[in-house]
Amino acid sequence: MQAAERVSAPAKCWSCGQEVANGQPFCSSCAKVQPPRQAGYFDMFDLPQKLNLDVQALEKQFYRYSRKLHPDVHARASQQEQEWSLSQASLLNDAYRTLKNPLERTKYLLKLEGVQFEDERGPGNTNPSKVPAGLLEEVFELNMQLEELRQNQKLGEDDPQLRRDLEGAKDHFAAQLNLLDEQIRSLWSAWDAAWEQSDEAKKTAAKEAMTALLQRRSYLQNLVRDVSETLKES
Amino acid sequence: MAYSDKVIDHYNNPRNVGQMDKSKSEVGTGLVGAPECGDVMRLQIRVNPETQVIEEAKFKTFGCGSAIASSSLATEWVKGKTVAEAMQIKNTDIVKELALPPVKIHCSVLAEDAIRAAIGDWKKKNGVTEAAEVTASVAH
Repeated sequence: MQAAERVSAPAKCWSCGQEVANGQPFCSSCAKVQPPRQAGYFDMFDLPQKLNLDVQALEKQFYRYSRKLHPDVHARASQQEQEWSLSQASLLNDAYRTLKNPLERTKYLLKLEGVQFEDERGPGNTNPSKVPAGLLEEVFELNMQLEELRQNQKLGEDDPQLRRDLEGAKDHFAAQLNLLDEQIRSLWSAWDAAWEQSDEAKKTAAKEAMTALLQRRSYLQNLVRDVSETLKES
Repeated sequence: MAYSDKVIDHYNNPRNVGQMDKSKSEVGTGLVGAPECGDVMRLQIRVNPETQVIEEAKFKTFGCGSAIASSSLATEWVKGKTVAEAMQIKNTDIVKELALPPVKIHCSVLAEDAIRAAIGDWKKKNGVTEAAEVTASVAH
């Protein structure tokens, strides 16, 4: 759907009739606010669909657009334009929040590329993603320890060694999370290069590698969260 | 989301929870997981080497009610079956029996994977290779 939008002809400005680039909140000719169209976040900021991104430039652009979309600026505009600027502002906020966060940006780009993540798998998607066996062993062991700790808590007992083990496990998984983030970052450049060369095979390879890392990451993140919560309760 | 009575029954009274010594040659262990809800499932079988009948099955699952119920049901079903028969158990059978809603179908897939992983482990340990396994995995 997104891709179809992108190849479609640019819309015309409702006010001056000039062409408006897809997703741009304003007409570049007459500066009038445009009705919100379904556009990608990268398009809104007129950015290429790449992952290495100048966050400061993004922020500057966001503030520039936000000022122009501020209700005060449009106080004397038509009701319609006021509504448009409001919905453009809210779209812009979503786009900015997503793009400035490295993980969210990566996930968003992968979604644009057709990747479905497990947390939004709908009915019909019955294929659980596979987790490396070594990680599964660790996860299982950790869950056993967590269960033991929770049982201790219920009985009002404390096992300092178990707590130390779990603290250690938490640190271990947190370190793995950091490592994963580094690996994901290093794939950004692979994606960007493939994107510039329109090399579909390399794009797919980078996409799949990033997806696998992100899935592993969400698994680890849930674990770290569970351990932290259980340790806090005790 | 409301769980079916059967899921709740398996959740409250899970069958065959526990573990067996995975170093034993007649024991096959399957450990599977899905990042979906952080589920991790261990299913073990003890196979009679003479008859290839699964005489005992144990599981331990960390996950949602449907995952626990799916693996509990899986241990019940594999018990008394031969290895070849157990390979025929399909996740759709589990879905039907437990009346799992679409969003929980992956739990049944996990249980099916766990059965296959446990059988695969047992076969590897005992050097069993046969056509039945190939057919089953192709059909799957």
